[in-house]
Amino acid sequence: MIAFDAVTVRYQRAKSDALEGISFATPPGAMTAVVGPNGSGKSTIVRALIRRVPLRGGRINVGSNPLDELSGSEFARRVAVVTQREDLTFPVLVSDYVALGRFPHLGVWRAAGPEDESAIAEAMRTAGVDELASRRIDTLSGGEWQRVRLARALAQGGDVLVLDEPTTFLDIGHEMAVFELLERLARAGQTVLLVSHELNLVARFATHMVLLDHGRVVADGPPAAVMQAEVLERVYQWPVSIAADPIDGAPTVVLKRSR
Amino acid sequence: MTYIVRALRLPRVVMASLVGVGLGMSGAALQGTMRNPLAEPYLLGVSGGAAVGAVLAQAAGIAGALLPFAAFVGAIVAVLAAFVVAHAAGARGDPRVLLMAGVVVGAFANAAIMVVLANAEPNTVRNALWWMMGSVSEAAWPQIAVLLGYLLVGGGALVALGREIDVLALGEEAAAGLGLEVDAAVRRVFLVASLLAAATVAAAGLVGFVGLVVPHIARAFGLRRHRPLLLASALVGATLVVSADLLGRILRPPAELPLGAVTALVGVPFFLAKLRRLA
Repeated sequence: MIAFDAVTVRYQRAKSDALEGISFATPPGAMTAVVGPNGSGKSTIVRALIRRVPLRGGRINVGSNPLDELSGSEFARRVAVVTQREDLTFPVLVSDYVALGRFPHLGVWRAAGPEDESAIAEAMRTAGVDELASRRIDTLSGGEWQRVRLARALAQGGDVLVLDEPTTFLDIGHEMAVFELLERLARAGQTVLLVSHELNLVARFATHMVLLDHGRVVADGPPAAVMQAEVLERVYQWPVSIAADPIDGAPTVVLKRSR
Repeated sequence: MTYIVRALRLPRVVMASLVGVGLGMSGAALQGTMRNPLAEPYLLGVSGGAAVGAVLAQAAGIAGALLPFAAFVGAIVAVLAAFVVAHAAGARGDPRVLLMAGVVVGAFANAAIMVVLANAEPNTVRNALWWMMGSVSEAAWPQIAVLLGYLLVGGGALVALGREIDVLALGEEAAAGLGLEVDAAVRRVFLVASLLAAATVAAAGLVGFVGLVVPHIARAFGLRRHRPLLLASALVGATLVVSADLLGRILRPPAELPLGAVTALVGVPFFLAKLRRLA
């Protein structure tokens, strides 16, 4: 479980806080989605978690441990992060790439053992990328690459998975496939924290939503509670109406014309 | 005949191959860490800083095993200067800005050597020129032993860091997500890569572009993970510098082309080709 408690973050040379005392927690074994407009602080949440920006205030807990008491590898053995973008200047083989997920377990010297091999194999099976093992990552399609990145995160063997916009460059079919995979992982006990622009998909798949605006939490709860027309209109500055998804009844945003 | 081989040719070949080992490994580590196919000690100003350190040390009468250390100090000053320039440009850790900063620092180092040159005794002038052109023609066993010592330490350390370089090559955020302390790891790699480059500069002056070309050749053999890549870069580097030195000796006899000039003649078109592919 990951819990943000009154977390405040300000970037160097910025005039205002990127996160202004935000608090929320991810229930274990469920999918929590952080949503919000561009610049609302969504990605800053991920950056704070991997300690690329220092906190000005508040604290982050991983399970019962404060984040700042965990070493980098202790953190990475429990929490796997798939960042928004990743461009490898020098493309590697899929198998070598996924194997890097064991870095937090191996450190600099220890050779990979059977435990590592089986974690890698299982991660590749779960993400459905076993057949890509001997491909070079620059030959993968967008959907394949996203699943390979997920496999690397799964190989880390933690119980929390954090993803920043995992479906940005994917078409609708591949997008659904990723969400269904995340849903299966959550059912199997993974705690999933997802940053996403896809309100409607998130409302269908996530059990818990956190809506950010200008670095503050403006709504927090199950999708039906967060997907309120008046709240979304204020946050996104666009007229919307909420309908029920015809298949499973999840709340769905329908955008109106501005005039 | 035996004398020529043992006292002249053999040390020269050994020195050339060791210089190639140092520059090749240094380049492979820097390219992976900075995720930049154009990174190498010469273009980053590391070698230039090392040359300034070595020239000043020599002018002060320092020689032998301490000379590479003086070059190392110069190299570290150059690296720090490049980081400061990049930081002032407001792009903390942006590999491209750091490369530009390195080029600027390298130019400054060249200018510094010119200044020393302008006020110097004829003997120092000759020395300074030798540093700037790069050469293994005066290779001798004691220098070779010193260089070998530095290479064993630095090369071993880089191979040890190979896994961290693999992780750094994923980019800052992904590396941080894997639990690596990115800034500290980048500093470690820079420190060791600078030590390697400095040792070669102290032994043979400025030999540019080897660190640029070598890792690309090694990658063309399908090597991607940095431990095998670093070892292969050592071999390819040795081959390349020995060949370049040979080429310099036979192209226009009886004159010898400076080693640094030959590697630049090969390296610059290669650099342009890589640059075009980046753009």
